[in-house]
Amino acid sequence: MAAEKNGSDKKESVIKLRGLVNGFGGKIIHDHIDLDVHRGEVLGVVGGSGAGKSVLLRSIIGLNKPLDGRIEVFGRHTGDVEDLEMKALEMRWGVLFQEGALYSSQTVAENIQVPLREYTHMSQELMNEIASVKLTMVGLPEDAAKKYPSELSGGMKKRAGLARALALDPELLFLDEPTAGLDPISANQFDELIKGLQKSLGLTVFLVTHDLDTLRAITDRIAVLVNKKIKCGTIAELRKDKDPWIQDYFSGVRGRAALADT
Amino acid sequence: MPSLDSAADDPHGWFRVDRDGRRLEAGGAWTIHDCARLDHELRAAHITGSGTIEIDASKIDKLDSAGAWLLLRTKRNLEAAGRRISRFALPELYAPLLENLDKTHTAPPVTIHHKTFRDRLERIGKATIHFGRQASDILSYLGRVTVETGEAIVSPRGHLRIAAIFHQVEETGINALPIVGLLSFLIGVVIAYQGVEQLRKFGAEIFAIDGLGIITLREMGVLMTSIIVAGRSGSAFTAHIGTMRVNEEIDAMQTMGLNTVDTLVLPRVIGLVIALPLLAFYADIMGLIGGAIMFYFDLGTNTPAFLRELKQNLVLNDFLVGLIKAPVFAFVIALVGCYEGFQVERNAASVGLLTTRSVVESVFLVIVLDAIFSVVFSVMGI
Repeated sequence: MAAEKNGSDKKESVIKLRGLVNGFGGKIIHDHIDLDVHRGEVLGVVGGSGAGKSVLLRSIIGLNKPLDGRIEVFGRHTGDVEDLEMKALEMRWGVLFQEGALYSSQTVAENIQVPLREYTHMSQELMNEIASVKLTMVGLPEDAAKKYPSELSGGMKKRAGLARALALDPELLFLDEPTAGLDPISANQFDELIKGLQKSLGLTVFLVTHDLDTLRAITDRIAVLVNKKIKCGTIAELRKDKDPWIQDYFSGVRGRAALADT
Repeated sequence: MPSLDSAADDPHGWFRVDRDGRRLEAGGAWTIHDCARLDHELRAAHITGSGTIEIDASKIDKLDSAGAWLLLRTKRNLEAAGRRISRFALPELYAPLLENLDKTHTAPPVTIHHKTFRDRLERIGKATIHFGRQASDILSYLGRVTVETGEAIVSPRGHLRIAAIFHQVEETGINALPIVGLLSFLIGVVIAYQGVEQLRKFGAEIFAIDGLGIITLREMGVLMTSIIVAGRSGSAFTAHIGTMRVNEEIDAMQTMGLNTVDTLVLPRVIGLVIALPLLAFYADIMGLIGGAIMFYFDLGTNTPAFLRELKQNLVLNDFLVGLIKAPVFAFVIALVGCYEGFQVERNAASVGLLTTRSVVESVFLVIVLDAIFSVVFSVMGI
């Protein structure tokens, strides 16, 4: 929204990668990649299995130490910030892991309250209220609050994970395959949900996905990981790209079906 | 520890109510940074008066979902108190956020549950039934494994997995040699030392050697080994099978028609039944060596003297009585370890809980069985 306000062409980058190199055991996965994620946009990240989508996400949120390069989030280089400052950064983003990563020994409501308890001085009463607000925001019924993660279905786990990611009202949201493993109806609902939240809260979203419908429905731009590099653009731009993998991806049977009316 | 409350660099959120309670004005940043304070102040502010009230939140320049909830809650509380909201002003940018929340969120019923005497009674009852049920489950599991072991021995083809058995022997037996050896050696040293100290009062130090021999061969060797193995391998069985359950590997095996008793339980049971007696024998020897070294320094008995003393006072039965218990203990440890592994539910906490339970149960059973053996042997006069 800040970008809309100042109205200039130069958009503010929430995430800025410069010359990022990642690799495991001598095998390079990312070879000097650059990427900018602008404030208020939804960026989809796609790539083949093993192309390093999740590794990219994990590097940005500091779970994976890159071999080389700069990662700036909110203008701070995450490689050399102090622990305290890293915590301050972590408070400004929320992460939804692939399987929800809910703490299995706690109820859904307690899961949502973990960051609230850790980082604010709210009364228990307010935390209960906020937890129930977040549950409604992600479309979970009230009685889910008292359930344990093992009692939830896959889709409900993802919603609960999203509610926890949103607990601190983050500015930046990381989603790792949010619709994988959901039935098409739930997946559509989830897309709607993320889009709605993104609009009403003005979120910046970094979305790793394979779901072409999701890509079409909610992303502003797409970053494709191919040959250890990144190619970035809108769907229309990428469909003109000559790279065989990108051609296959967007113009294969599934791609054509999902993107038929674009 | 950093805190969101202090991290705020935005202008603080504020609100004020005019004197006759007809107008509530709010402004600044109503975000999660400030919510703890705003919540406190809002609860403390008793908005008095009656009739209509105007809520003017148009001066709010930043609103997130936590702040929106506080506004909505205030509005709802006023309405519940019989006030009519004459006007509700909010910057256009944030109107959808509040509207969505208002539409979808219904106030949660507050339920505070106090524990009564009845609840406690119910808990005791449930625990008792659970205990009984578990005892019968483990007994029926024992039956199933015994039958399958028998079948495997009668017709080994297709039931016995030799490679898996030897893998378990290596894992539970050979890899346990250092720890079992060291601990048995030290226990031997301690028993020898204490024996000499106590018997010296009667001038009968030399009988400490008999004592060491009998205690080590009949009891300590096999008991210590079993307890170490229960902690080492019993827990590993539970954790391994439990994690496989969490990953749905057990379900996958069942759908492929693999018998989980044949593939997972039998190799562990048979492997441990082979490994534990060997380990116990090894522990006996290490215990005697530890004692012999202690006697050498304390009493000055050299090796031939030590062995002569042992030979005069020990009979073969002392050794056999100890060793005969080893396969029984091994069977119990492996059985409990595997059984608890299959009880794991699909969450991480469950694996830890059942692993602990498996070790406690198998150590408990080993000691109880040892006591029973002692009674039986003494009745039989062995």
